[in-house]
Amino acid sequence: MDASSTASSEQHASHDHGHHEQSFASKYLFSTDHKIIGMQYLFTGLIMAIIGGYLAYVFRMQLAYPGEPVPGYGIVTPGDYNSKVTMHGTIMIFWVAMPVLIAAFGNFCIPLMIGCDDMVFPRINRLSYQIFLLSAVILVASFFVPGGAFGGAWTAYPPLSSMPEYNLTPLGAPLWLIAVALEFVAFLLGGINFITTTMNSRAKGMSMYDIPLVVWMIVIASILFMLSVGPLIAGAVLLLFDQLVGTHFYDAGAGGDPLVWQHLFWFFGHPEVYVVLLPAMGIVADVIAVFSRKKFFGYKLALYTTFATGILSFVVWAHHQFIAGIDPRMTNLFTVTTLLISIPIAELCFLYIATLYRGSIQFTVPMLWALGFIGTFLLGGVTGIYLGANGADIFFHDTYFVVAHFHYTFFPIAIIGMFAGLTYWFPKMFGRHLNPTIGKIHFWGTIIPFNLIFLPQFFLGLAGQHRRIYDYSNFPELSTESLQHLRIVATTSLIIMLIAQVPFIINFFYSMFKGRKAEKNPWNANTLEWTADSPPGHGNWPVLPEVYRGPYEYSVPDREDDYWPQDEAPAAK
Amino acid sequence: MDHFLEQASTYAGSIDWLFWLITAIVGFWFIIAEIVFFGFIIKYRRKEGQKAGYVTGTKKSEKKWITIPHILIICCDVVLVVGAIKVWNQVKLDLPEADQTVRVISRQWAWIFEHPGPDGKLDTEDDIRTTEELHLQKGVTYHYELTSKDVLHSFSIPVFRLKQDAVPGRTIKGWFQPTKTGKFDIQCTEMCGIGHGLMPARLYIHDEESHLAWMNSHKTANGELLASQ
Repeated sequence: MDASSTASSEQHASHDHGHHEQSFASKYLFSTDHKIIGMQYLFTGLIMAIIGGYLAYVFRMQLAYPGEPVPGYGIVTPGDYNSKVTMHGTIMIFWVAMPVLIAAFGNFCIPLMIGCDDMVFPRINRLSYQIFLLSAVILVASFFVPGGAFGGAWTAYPPLSSMPEYNLTPLGAPLWLIAVALEFVAFLLGGINFITTTMNSRAKGMSMYDIPLVVWMIVIASILFMLSVGPLIAGAVLLLFDQLVGTHFYDAGAGGDPLVWQHLFWFFGHPEVYVVLLPAMGIVADVIAVFSRKKFFGYKLALYTTFATGILSFVVWAHHQFIAGIDPRMTNLFTVTTLLISIPIAELCFLYIATLYRGSIQFTVPMLWALGFIGTFLLGGVTGIYLGANGADIFFHDTYFVVAHFHYTFFPIAIIGMFAGLTYWFPKMFGRHLNPTIGKIHFWGTIIPFNLIFLPQFFLGLAGQHRRIYDYSNFPELSTESLQHLRIVATTSLIIMLIAQVPFIINFFYSMFKGRKAEKNPWNANTLEWTADSPPGHGNWPVLPEVYRGPYEYSVPDREDDYWPQDEAPAAK
Repeated sequence: MDHFLEQASTYAGSIDWLFWLITAIVGFWFIIAEIVFFGFIIKYRRKEGQKAGYVTGTKKSEKKWITIPHILIICCDVVLVVGAIKVWNQVKLDLPEADQTVRVISRQWAWIFEHPGPDGKLDTEDDIRTTEELHLQKGVTYHYELTSKDVLHSFSIPVFRLKQDAVPGRTIKGWFQPTKTGKFDIQCTEMCGIGHGLMPARLYIHDEESHLAWMNSHKTANGELLASQ
């Protein structure tokens, strides 16, 4: 085994040399290599995350100290505040969660984990990133146009979003819409690759049930995205026509209907929650199995449950619209479907917890993030019930309870899930180790302030504080001292959390170049990516691996090692 | 929840009851899940020389740890659905006979309220039209007719536990019956442009006597207000 792997790495080296006469631009900017495209998505997503974090800092400061100039920004006007909130939401979901969780990890991991040399459509893959980059540039550019960036909330409900005389951002609103539409095109192209590659290019011997959960979940997320995004792109084009050409699709005065947009948006918008949730859950599933040295508890059950979640996610969208003026009888139906979706999600959480049972849990940095995901996501999950139950949503809709709830889901997904994946695959991505001590400081410096930001917001919501208000001093019931203290606690915690990201950034870049060199399989994991070099060369393997077993054969009785790589030929042979 | 916010309508108590029902059920699951989760983390942390178990989760004896909670959650969901729909129907669907109707008109960025005046009927000469002030009488059942002149707004009275979006081109009907006198906040809870934060209105709930006094104080000004429309 040892001899053959040395031989293969030599072979690999010569194989690699054949591809090295590329210029910097063709290697890093116009590459069709899935790993480079994954990195491009990763770095673009991280830069956008910094912008999104800065926006959060600006508007949280305004909420804690209304009217005072924010250090590093200045006075926040009501229009500024709306733009900041809108762009924070848009960026964090469409330009951070999507590119990092699906595109970066999907691109990097799928070919490596299913044992093929690249995506089946590498050029479509490159086009996907280029369109995505364009969309990000357009979105960021919209901050600097006259009138400023769009401020009509990330859901962009017309007529506010469709009429410049109402939203007062005549350029910001169409640019926002164009950027979002382009971003969807980018992910459609990427999704085509993820689905076809996983279905067609798996290593010899890899059956459907040998695919690691993270790959499955990214593929299911891509399917959900492809099925749900069509209506929204159509809706976005209609909205763009309303904005620029003067049509009246959403104008009630001219026979249109503003509620149509809400249906088109949320028909996409709710599956979208699962589009970003599933890849994060997949990452966590793999990390938990590896670091508790356990077979994933009920792999097939998890898979079916995920499919059930995906299907159900298409029939729950109107729970965002209970009080929007839709037929009140219809909301009862959507309450039933919404509460039904709690069943598969709860079941997935149980499976994750059950995987820990009788494990041998190693508290590595990726494992801390994965456990942090479960611990916090549970709260995000259960608080959703208050909002899915139509009777209670009458009160909770558009309060800070909603804000706290979806940050308890999206933060674990987009940030905690991202760090779990990043710290887990970092040795494979860059061939070097991150510093684990700094990693642990970063973990605690993020997870504790995170809870202190959003726990107070549940109580603000219970007190009736509504969303997207730049200054609560106009509302006597909401401008009490105790509520203001809660706002200051949240803002202070946010600043601490943002500062805690500095050690990570230093660790990330220092380790990328100067970190301890990583061996092929530093975590003793089973899946195929750990059999390639760290970092893998062009083409990933000189000889594509063959698969003999499922991805989670850890601690198998009667074996000396507590892991059993998928490509290790059975001993009997 | 009344600890955070007063109850001032007949159905506020129902919504708070639903809140506590949900809190009891999901709180139970949340606490159980977190206890088991942290329990496992502590109990099964890595110890030298101890290998992890090989548990596939496919045997019947293992699956029951998922199946039983699964069935219990379905039962909880049934309770929650019944509770949620019951409360929803009370607040939004089954409108009781109204004593009076008020009209709520939203626009960028103000609330306009049309009260029926002393004769108790809308669209008569003694209607009282106000901006940013809604005056109601305790114990009277009101219907409201909610409209918007421009973009979406949302009519929210936290002490009533009531919220309803206003949609241009539609008149949306609902009801409330105030149960407590006092002054309370009215909010706009749907993003409606740069003045969204500047749409506070006040709700004044009077007893019969002071409500009458308020109406009388408007008698003289009323003609001018109507003329200025």
